[in-house]
Amino acid sequence: MTIREIKDLIGAEVLCCEQNLERDAYSACGCDLMSDVLAYVKDQAVLLTGLVNPQVVRTAEMMDMICIVFVRSKTPTKEMLDLAKESGIVVMKCNKRLYEACGLLYSNGLVGNKVKD
Amino acid sequence: MSEPLVFHFDINGDDFSTAGQASVQIKNNLRQLGLSPEIIRRVSIAMYEGEINMVIHANGGTADVKVYEDCVEIILADNGPGIKDIDMAMKEGYSTASDSTRSLGFGAGMGLPNMKRYTDDMKIDSTVGVGTTVTMKINIA
Ligand SMILES: Nc1ncnc2c1ncn2[C@@H]1O[C@H](COP(=O)(O)OP(=O)(O)OP(=O)(O)O)[C@@H](O)[C@H]1O
Ligand SMILES: [Mg+2]
Repeated sequence: MTIREIKDLIGAEVLCCEQNLERDAYSACGCDLMSDVLAYVKDQAVLLTGLVNPQVVRTAEMMDMICIVFVRSKTPTKEMLDLAKESGIVVMKCNKRLYEACGLLYSNGLVGNKVKD
Repeated sequence: MSEPLVFHFDINGDDFSTAGQASVQIKNNLRQLGLSPEIIRRVSIAMYEGEINMVIHANGGTADVKVYEDCVEIILADNGPGIKDIDMAMKEGYSTASDSTRSLGFGAGMGLPNMKRYTDDMKIDSTVGVGTTVTMKINIA
Protein backbone atom coordinates (compact mmCIF):
# COMPACT_ATOMS: atom_id res chain seq x y z
CA MET A 1 0.00 0.00 0.00
CA THR A 2 1.42 3.41 -0.88
CA ILE A 3 1.46 6.30 1.56
CA ARG A 4 -0.97 8.07 -0.79
CA GLU A 5 -3.44 5.20 -0.38
CA ILE A 6 -3.06 5.43 3.39
CA LYS A 7 -3.75 9.13 3.24
CA ASP A 8 -6.91 8.58 1.18
CA LEU A 9 -8.20 5.72 3.33
CA ILE A 10 -8.11 7.67 6.57
CA GLY A 11 -8.71 11.09 5.05
CA ALA A 12 -5.45 12.54 6.27
CA GLU A 13 -3.85 15.88 5.51
CA VAL A 14 -0.18 15.83 4.47
CA LEU A 15 2.02 18.20 6.48
CA CYS A 16 5.43 17.48 4.96
CA CYS A 17 7.40 15.42 2.45
CA GLU A 18 4.55 15.24 -0.04
CA GLN A 19 7.15 14.15 -2.64
CA ASN A 20 7.38 10.74 -0.94
CA LEU A 21 3.69 9.84 -1.15
CA GLU A 22 4.27 7.09 -3.70
CA ARG A 23 6.58 5.16 -1.39
CA ASP A 24 5.38 1.70 -0.39
CA ALA A 25 4.46 0.93 3.20
CA TYR A 26 4.76 -2.70 4.29
CA SER A 27 3.56 -2.50 7.87
CA ALA A 28 2.22 -0.18 10.52
CA CYS A 29 2.12 0.26 14.22
CA GLY A 30 -0.32 2.25 16.36
CA CYS A 31 1.07 3.26 19.70
CA ASP A 32 1.59 6.04 22.22
CA LEU A 33 4.50 4.41 24.05
CA MET A 34 7.69 4.85 22.08
CA SER A 35 9.64 1.91 23.55
CA ASP A 36 6.88 -0.40 22.38
CA VAL A 37 7.44 1.00 18.92
CA LEU A 38 11.19 0.52 19.31
CA ALA A 39 10.82 -3.12 20.34
CA TYR A 40 10.19 -4.61 16.92
CA VAL A 41 11.79 -3.37 13.76
CA LYS A 42 9.58 -3.54 10.71
CA ASP A 43 10.41 -2.70 7.15
CA GLN A 44 9.15 0.55 5.63
CA ALA A 45 6.70 1.05 8.42
CA VAL A 46 4.12 3.68 9.29
CA LEU A 47 3.65 4.99 12.83
CA LEU A 48 0.18 6.08 13.94
CA THR A 49 0.09 7.89 17.26
CA GLY A 50 -1.82 10.32 19.40
CA LEU A 51 1.36 11.49 21.10
CA VAL A 52 2.85 14.77 19.87
CA ASN A 53 6.43 15.57 20.77
CA PRO A 54 9.87 15.57 19.07
CA GLN A 55 10.58 12.05 20.39
CA VAL A 56 7.86 10.68 18.12
CA VAL A 57 9.77 11.93 15.10
CA ARG A 58 13.12 10.80 16.53
CA THR A 59 11.69 7.36 17.26
CA ALA A 60 10.45 7.04 13.69
CA GLU A 61 13.84 8.23 12.47
CA MET A 62 15.68 5.64 14.61
CA MET A 63 13.43 2.93 13.16
CA ASP A 64 13.84 4.09 9.55
CA MET A 65 10.08 4.52 9.36
CA ILE A 66 8.68 6.26 6.32
CA CYS A 67 5.52 7.94 7.57
CA ILE A 68 3.97 9.32 10.77
CA VAL A 69 0.22 9.82 11.18
CA PHE A 70 -0.97 12.00 14.05
CA VAL A 71 -4.51 11.03 14.96
CA ARG A 72 -7.30 13.03 16.60
CA SER A 73 -6.19 16.14 14.71
CA LYS A 74 -3.07 16.55 16.82
CA THR A 75 -0.79 19.06 15.11
CA PRO A 76 3.00 18.79 15.25
CA THR A 77 5.18 21.85 15.72
CA LYS A 78 7.39 23.35 13.03
CA GLU A 79 10.49 21.92 14.78
CA MET A 80 9.01 18.45 14.53
CA LEU A 81 8.24 18.88 10.84
CA ASP A 82 11.77 20.20 10.20
CA LEU A 83 13.14 17.09 11.90
CA ALA A 84 10.95 14.84 9.75
CA LYS A 85 11.99 16.67 6.57
CA GLU A 86 15.64 15.95 7.29
CA SER A 87 14.94 12.26 6.89
CA GLY A 88 12.17 12.46 4.32
CA ILE A 89 9.49 11.10 6.65
CA VAL A 90 5.98 11.92 5.44
CA VAL A 91 3.97 13.50 8.26
CA MET A 92 0.17 13.58 8.13
CA LYS A 93 -2.66 14.26 10.50
CA CYS A 94 -6.19 12.91 10.49
CA ASN A 95 -9.22 13.52 12.68
CA LYS A 96 -9.92 9.84 13.33
CA ARG A 97 -9.08 8.17 16.61
CA LEU A 98 -6.14 5.77 16.82
CA TYR A 99 -8.29 2.64 16.96
CA GLU A 100 -10.36 3.67 13.97
CA ALA A 101 -7.44 4.79 11.81
CA CYS A 102 -5.54 1.56 12.52
CA GLY A 103 -8.65 -0.52 11.88
CA LEU A 104 -9.24 1.09 8.50
CA LEU A 105 -5.68 0.44 7.37
CA TYR A 106 -5.64 -3.10 8.71
CA SER A 107 -8.90 -4.10 7.10
CA ASN A 108 -7.66 -2.72 3.80
CA GLY A 109 -4.60 -4.93 3.83
CA LEU A 110 -1.91 -3.03 5.73
CA VAL A 111 -1.20 -5.64 8.37
CA GLY A 112 1.00 -5.30 11.40
CA ASN A 113 4.08 -7.04 10.23
CA LYS A 114 4.18 -8.05 6.61
CA VAL A 115 7.57 -9.28 5.53
CA LYS A 116 8.98 -7.81 2.37
CA ASP A 117 8.88 -10.38 -0.47
CA MET B 1 43.69 -2.78 17.10
CA SER B 2 43.80 0.70 15.60
CA GLU B 3 42.49 3.74 17.46
CA PRO B 4 38.70 4.02 17.44
CA LEU B 5 36.82 7.00 16.13
CA VAL B 6 35.17 8.63 19.15
CA PHE B 7 32.03 10.75 19.31
CA HIS B 8 31.24 12.45 22.60
CA PHE B 9 27.97 14.04 23.73
CA ASP B 10 26.80 15.79 26.86
CA ILE B 11 23.19 14.82 27.43
CA ASN B 12 21.13 17.61 28.94
CA GLY B 13 18.77 16.33 31.62
CA ASP B 14 16.78 19.54 32.00
CA ASP B 15 15.09 19.72 28.64
CA PHE B 16 13.10 16.70 27.57
CA SER B 17 12.41 18.17 24.15
CA THR B 18 16.07 17.68 23.18
CA ALA B 19 16.22 14.06 24.42
CA GLY B 20 17.32 11.79 21.60
CA GLN B 21 19.23 14.44 19.67
CA ALA B 22 22.60 12.78 20.22
CA SER B 23 21.28 9.51 18.82
CA VAL B 24 19.96 11.25 15.70
CA GLN B 25 23.42 12.80 15.31
CA ILE B 26 25.16 9.44 15.71
CA LYS B 27 22.90 7.94 13.11
CA ASN B 28 24.06 10.59 10.64
CA ASN B 29 27.71 10.11 11.61
CA LEU B 30 27.52 6.35 11.11
CA ARG B 31 25.83 6.84 7.74
CA GLN B 32 28.73 9.01 6.66
CA LEU B 33 31.12 6.26 7.75
CA GLY B 34 29.27 3.91 5.43
CA LEU B 35 28.17 1.30 7.98
CA SER B 36 25.32 -1.00 6.93
CA PRO B 37 21.77 0.27 7.55
CA GLU B 38 21.08 -2.71 9.83
CA ILE B 39 24.08 -1.96 12.08
CA ILE B 40 23.24 1.74 12.09
CA ARG B 41 19.68 1.01 13.13
CA ARG B 42 20.75 -1.26 15.98
CA VAL B 43 23.33 1.22 17.29
CA SER B 44 21.00 4.17 17.10
CA ILE B 45 18.01 2.45 18.70
CA ALA B 46 20.12 1.12 21.59
CA MET B 47 21.71 4.50 22.15
CA TYR B 48 18.38 6.30 21.84
CA GLU B 49 16.80 4.18 24.59
CA GLY B 50 19.82 4.75 26.81
CA GLU B 51 19.89 8.46 26.09
CA ILE B 52 16.20 8.83 26.96
CA ASN B 53 16.76 6.81 30.16
CA MET B 54 19.50 9.21 31.24
CA VAL B 55 17.16 12.15 30.69
CA ILE B 56 14.06 10.71 32.38
CA HIS B 57 15.69 8.72 35.18
CA ALA B 58 19.06 10.35 35.86
CA ASN B 59 18.90 14.04 34.95
CA GLY B 60 21.31 13.69 32.04
CA GLY B 61 24.83 12.38 31.60
CA THR B 62 27.38 11.70 28.89
CA ALA B 63 27.44 9.48 25.85
CA ASP B 64 30.54 8.21 24.09
CA VAL B 65 30.36 6.19 20.91
CA LYS B 66 33.55 4.47 19.79
CA VAL B 67 33.73 3.05 16.32
CA TYR B 68 36.33 0.27 16.02
CA GLU B 69 37.12 -1.76 12.93
CA ASP B 70 35.09 -4.71 14.18
CA CYS B 71 32.53 -3.18 16.56
CA VAL B 72 30.77 -0.11 17.83
CA GLU B 73 30.88 0.58 21.56
CA ILE B 74 28.38 2.86 23.29
CA ILE B 75 29.14 4.10 26.80
CA LEU B 76 26.39 5.99 28.64
CA ALA B 77 27.34 7.39 32.03
CA ASP B 78 25.29 9.39 34.51
CA ASN B 79 25.39 10.57 38.11
CA GLY B 80 21.74 9.81 38.71
CA PRO B 81 20.06 7.80 41.47
CA GLY B 82 21.41 4.45 40.27
CA ILE B 83 19.47 1.22 39.79
CA LYS B 84 18.76 -0.79 42.94
CA ASP B 85 17.81 -4.10 41.33
CA ILE B 86 19.30 -4.49 37.87
CA ASP B 87 17.69 -7.90 37.20
CA MET B 88 14.32 -6.36 37.92
CA ALA B 89 15.04 -3.32 35.74
CA MET B 90 15.92 -5.63 32.84
CA LYS B 91 12.46 -7.26 32.91
CA GLU B 92 10.08 -6.29 30.13
CA GLY B 93 7.38 -4.06 31.52
CA TYR B 94 9.22 -3.02 34.67
CA SER B 95 9.27 0.75 35.01
CA THR B 96 9.45 3.31 37.77
CA ALA B 97 8.53 6.11 35.38
CA SER B 98 6.05 8.67 36.65
CA ASP B 99 2.72 9.45 35.02
CA SER B 100 4.19 12.62 33.58
CA THR B 101 6.93 10.58 31.89
CA ARG B 102 4.29 8.19 30.54
CA SER B 103 2.38 11.09 29.10
CA LEU B 104 5.56 11.91 27.14
CA GLY B 105 5.46 8.44 25.57
CA PHE B 106 7.98 6.65 27.77
CA GLY B 107 7.71 4.28 30.70
CA ALA B 108 6.68 1.04 29.01
CA GLY B 109 9.57 -0.70 30.75
CA MET B 110 10.89 -1.81 27.39
CA GLY B 111 14.00 0.36 27.07
CA LEU B 112 16.64 -1.79 28.77
CA PRO B 113 15.26 -5.03 27.22
CA ASN B 114 15.34 -3.33 23.82
CA MET B 115 18.95 -2.24 24.40
CA LYS B 116 19.87 -5.82 25.19
CA ARG B 117 17.98 -7.14 22.18
CA TYR B 118 19.69 -4.83 19.70
CA THR B 119 23.24 -5.22 20.97
CA ASP B 120 25.70 -8.13 21.08
CA ASP B 121 26.90 -7.30 24.56
CA MET B 122 25.54 -5.09 27.32
CA LYS B 123 26.84 -4.36 30.79
CA ILE B 124 25.26 -2.21 33.49
CA ASP B 125 27.34 -0.83 36.36
CA SER B 126 25.19 0.97 38.85
CA THR B 127 25.52 2.17 42.41
CA VAL B 128 22.57 3.62 44.25
CA GLY B 129 23.17 7.29 45.00
CA VAL B 130 26.23 7.42 42.74
CA GLY B 131 25.14 6.72 39.19
CA THR B 132 24.88 4.30 36.31
CA THR B 133 27.12 3.37 33.42
CA VAL B 134 25.75 1.28 30.59
CA THR B 135 28.24 -0.18 28.10
CA MET B 136 26.95 -1.77 24.91
CA LYS B 137 28.72 -3.39 21.99
CA ILE B 138 27.52 -4.10 18.49
CA ASN B 139 29.71 -6.25 16.27
CA ILE B 140 30.21 -5.09 12.73
CA ALA B 141 29.65 -8.22 10.61
N1 LIG C 1 20.14 5.63 33.80
C1 LIG C 1 19.29 5.20 34.75
N2 LIG C 1 19.36 5.69 36.02
C2 LIG C 1 18.52 5.26 36.98
N3 LIG C 1 17.53 4.36 36.78
C3 LIG C 1 17.41 3.84 35.54
C4 LIG C 1 18.27 4.23 34.47
N4 LIG C 1 17.90 3.54 33.37
C5 LIG C 1 16.88 2.75 33.74
N5 LIG C 1 16.58 2.92 35.05
C6 LIG C 1 15.54 2.20 35.84
O1 LIG C 1 15.23 0.98 35.18
C7 LIG C 1 13.82 0.96 34.87
C8 LIG C 1 13.63 0.23 33.55
O2 LIG C 1 14.21 0.97 32.49
P1 LIG C 1 13.63 0.81 31.02
O3 LIG C 1 14.38 1.69 30.10
O4 LIG C 1 13.60 -0.65 30.68
O5 LIG C 1 12.11 1.28 31.16
P2 LIG C 1 11.54 2.76 31.28
O6 LIG C 1 12.61 3.75 30.93
O7 LIG C 1 10.92 2.91 32.59
O8 LIG C 1 10.42 2.77 30.17
P3 LIG C 1 10.67 2.79 28.56
O9 LIG C 1 12.14 2.61 28.33
O10 LIG C 1 9.87 1.65 28.05
O11 LIG C 1 10.17 4.08 28.08
C9 LIG C 1 13.40 2.41 34.84
O12 LIG C 1 12.03 2.57 35.07
C10 LIG C 1 14.25 2.98 35.97
O13 LIG C 1 13.70 2.66 37.23
MG1 LIG D 1 13.72 3.53 29.15
